[in-house]
Amino acid sequence: MSSRERILSSVRTAITGATAPVVPRGYADRLELDAAGQIALLVERIRDYKADVRVISQADLARTIGNVLGERSASSVVVPADLDPQWLTTVTCEVLRDDPPLDARRLDQVSAVVTSSAVSVALTGTIVLDAGTAQGRRVISLIPDLHICVVPAQTIVGTVPEAVRRLDPVRPLTWISGPSATSDIELNRVEGVHGPRNLVVLIVN
Amino acid sequence: MRVSLFITCLADTLFPDVGKATITVLERLGCDVDFPVAQTCCGQMHLNTGYPELAGGLVRSFAETFAGSEAVVLPSGSCAAMLRHHADRVAEGIELPPVYELSEFLIDVLGVTDVGARFPHTVTYHPTCHSLRLLGVGERPYRLLREVEGLELRELPGADECCGFGGTFAVKNAETSSAMGQDKVAAAVGTGAEILCASDSSCLMHLAGVAGREHAPLRTMHLAEILASTG
Amino acid sequence: MSRPARHDRRRRGTEPVRLHPKPDQAFLGMPAFPDAARVALGDQQLRANLRHATHTIRAKRLNAVGEMPDWQDLRMAAAGIKDETLAHLDDYLVQFEQAATAAGATVHWAVDAEEACRIGVEIAQRHRARDVIKVKSMATQEIGLNEALEAHGIHAWETDLAELIVQLGGDTPSHFLVPAIHRNRDEIRDIFTERMGQVGRAAPDDLTSEPRRLAEAARLHLREKFLSTTVAFSGANFAIAETGTLVVVESEGNGRMCLTLPDVLVSVVGIEKLLPSFADLEVFLQVLPRSSTAERMNPYTTMWTGVSPGDGPQEVHVILIDNGRTRALADEVGRQALRCIRCSACLNVCPVYERVGGHAYGSVYPGPIGAILNPLLHGVTDEHDAQLPFASSLCGACYEACPVAIDIPSVLIDQRAAAVREKAHHRVPTAESVAMKAAAWTFGDAKRLARAQKTASLGRGVARHVGWLPGMLGGWTSSRDLPEVPRQSFRAWWSQREDTATVKALEE
Repeated sequence: MSSRERILSSVRTAITGATAPVVPRGYADRLELDAAGQIALLVERIRDYKADVRVISQADLARTIGNVLGERSASSVVVPADLDPQWLTTVTCEVLRDDPPLDARRLDQVSAVVTSSAVSVALTGTIVLDAGTAQGRRVISLIPDLHICVVPAQTIVGTVPEAVRRLDPVRPLTWISGPSATSDIELNRVEGVHGPRNLVVLIVN
Repeated sequence: MRVSLFITCLADTLFPDVGKATITVLERLGCDVDFPVAQTCCGQMHLNTGYPELAGGLVRSFAETFAGSEAVVLPSGSCAAMLRHHADRVAEGIELPPVYELSEFLIDVLGVTDVGARFPHTVTYHPTCHSLRLLGVGERPYRLLREVEGLELRELPGADECCGFGGTFAVKNAETSSAMGQDKVAAAVGTGAEILCASDSSCLMHLAGVAGREHAPLRTMHLAEILASTG
Repeated sequence: MSRPARHDRRRRGTEPVRLHPKPDQAFLGMPAFPDAARVALGDQQLRANLRHATHTIRAKRLNAVGEMPDWQDLRMAAAGIKDETLAHLDDYLVQFEQAATAAGATVHWAVDAEEACRIGVEIAQRHRARDVIKVKSMATQEIGLNEALEAHGIHAWETDLAELIVQLGGDTPSHFLVPAIHRNRDEIRDIFTERMGQVGRAAPDDLTSEPRRLAEAARLHLREKFLSTTVAFSGANFAIAETGTLVVVESEGNGRMCLTLPDVLVSVVGIEKLLPSFADLEVFLQVLPRSSTAERMNPYTTMWTGVSPGDGPQEVHVILIDNGRTRALADEVGRQALRCIRCSACLNVCPVYERVGGHAYGSVYPGPIGAILNPLLHGVTDEHDAQLPFASSLCGACYEACPVAIDIPSVLIDQRAAAVREKAHHRVPTAESVAMKAAAWTFGDAKRLARAQKTASLGRGVARHVGWLPGMLGGWTSSRDLPEVPRQSFRAWWSQREDTATVKALEE
């Protein structure tokens, strides 16, 4: 008998007579907040993680991206192959498009990355990237130390259940809540280990 | 109201004053207290040490002894929790009369918070795990203590942490148990209270044992003893 | 460089760096819990570290949970989803296998640790890997994967900060969320300073014990390994039957590195990690972070389904392991332990864990959940496993904190009975079983109890003659005084009072 058959057979023997409960789903799946309230909550929650959050207009996006890269003295920035060139009109540092894909060692030499995002959760301050439009491969938003992440206001939801329902599990998903952090030293949170230590979120209203 | 007292094996043997105090409080509030002499033990020690069959016998004997009682009152959250939550587990289908830990009975059944006690001392209260988590007595003991004339209640830091008694845990893992007891006694001493009060003679026996060994400036008293006092 | 003497006891002095945390088998031969606990209790530094860490996280967890008005609803949903999964686990496993395979993954099945390791080693060998990187994973620790790889000349590098501390320190994990919880920042600095240079990029000369600096040292040390290693191993927090998706929840970004940079990814997944549908994550991604690191959400969660062309590893393996899980599943009371999502909330609130730490439990699964999971996975034939269910005061703090509502105290009690039955089965008479029967006999009849009370009271002074009372058996007096036996038991007083009342009534 194969290991597969042995395990399945043991499982079947073990659960003989077990009854499955009806799962109670009394938890909340949305927030009683309007769009402005959700944006305000998202800002508050992301700030709790010590990320830099700014709410801007579409017209200000390109200028803000250029400013952030300037403020942080970035010497180079990587962007997904399909990122709108209009976002980069004020960028003065070197711009690398991930097309053809850059290797990891090259990415390790890059200061910053700009991406968009798929869904954000106000209640938990979480941004989800699903490798969709203007988000690129997972590695580009991982290796550079500064991640500038654009959150279109219409992608903001209140709760985790709302976000899960908007996502396609077949896509590779990365949920980001603040910059890289650890709680491994005396169980206190410290920002900054392997992922980007600086997260700048631009909510475009 | 007619009330049956279940004294518990520990208080019966080592802390008879707790039983006398329970009777004093209940009689003061107009109850007619009965003590069925055939009673012995709730079986908790046996169940919790891995002897459910032996516990089952004791639970059945409890059920026979107290059959028909209107209300069984006991000065122990832990034994009350055993009877209410685990009896069926060791004696399937067993039917027990209503069982109340003392503070539950006073507040929920008699509807009393002021039991007419006077006790001019500083007291800190340890809620004991089974009262807290299995019975959910919550604020009840504190409400009773707050109504005692002259009593000053001091908040116990880390009140919801276990004192380390845990039945045979106290001897099977004596060092760990004592370490927990020492921390609890230190927290109680830190409040500056004269008296550490609880509603379980077992936890109090452990804490008094630790406090005695450490010569801590602290006396232990059962809730019933304070409520019985008119000093 | 001088080093506080306390390190030597647990760090094996100047021995070469142990690259691999010991697997579960390496805990064999450890003293049983009471003895291991006694040693741990004597270590004041350890107790201070544990107290600080557990109290810090307890307060944070209460906040994280307290701000969710629907917490109990989420908890009941989480428990229900897990129970539903376990009740149909065979179907969900097959469904997962089909979905993951369709998405480009290769699914393997392993009945035990040895088979799982063999599969993992073969994959690494096929790619001629000399080094592999790892995301912190309980399952790989449980099966002893690192040692198996090492035996074949393959170095496994732990990339989680705490695992790195443990690995460099030649130590064993003592907590499953924060394996180095027993270390404080000064000890971590010493380990990094002394050991990093021996296995890669050295720690900076001016390294301080500031957590930010320690994290930076780990970042620099590991970056080279992330960029150069082509095979990675991980576990998974959740595996979705419906879609074949795997989920890893983490904080530092080392997980993202391992899950996206290498060419080959191998994930070792316990069969109980399944969830029926992707939508079920809406519950678990709420309860897990708040219960574990006490955050609204952990910094990073990665979800992948088979192979994503052009993004991440292009060869993806999943090793589904049993290794005792079906044994636990067959236990009607104990199977709820398989709901466990390894959040470690039960460890952090446990008063016993707080005093003795994780090593005393002698398993990669310490704390209250370990005290039930180990005997359920292995049985109680081994004295070590048989002692674990007794390593609890049954205070119930673990059940209250558990986000999947595992009634740990009830399972502990059930496993205690199993341990007693095992001894009885082998006709091992114990002082305890004799005492328990004697106590039950005494309690079996009120007259016998009254006589025993009289004897105790005649013995007088302190209560040396009341071994039949709860907690009064043996070793009480090492650190506690015994109460004095009163002259008269309560029942003796009562009968006297009744007699007086009767006489009075007759006189009237």
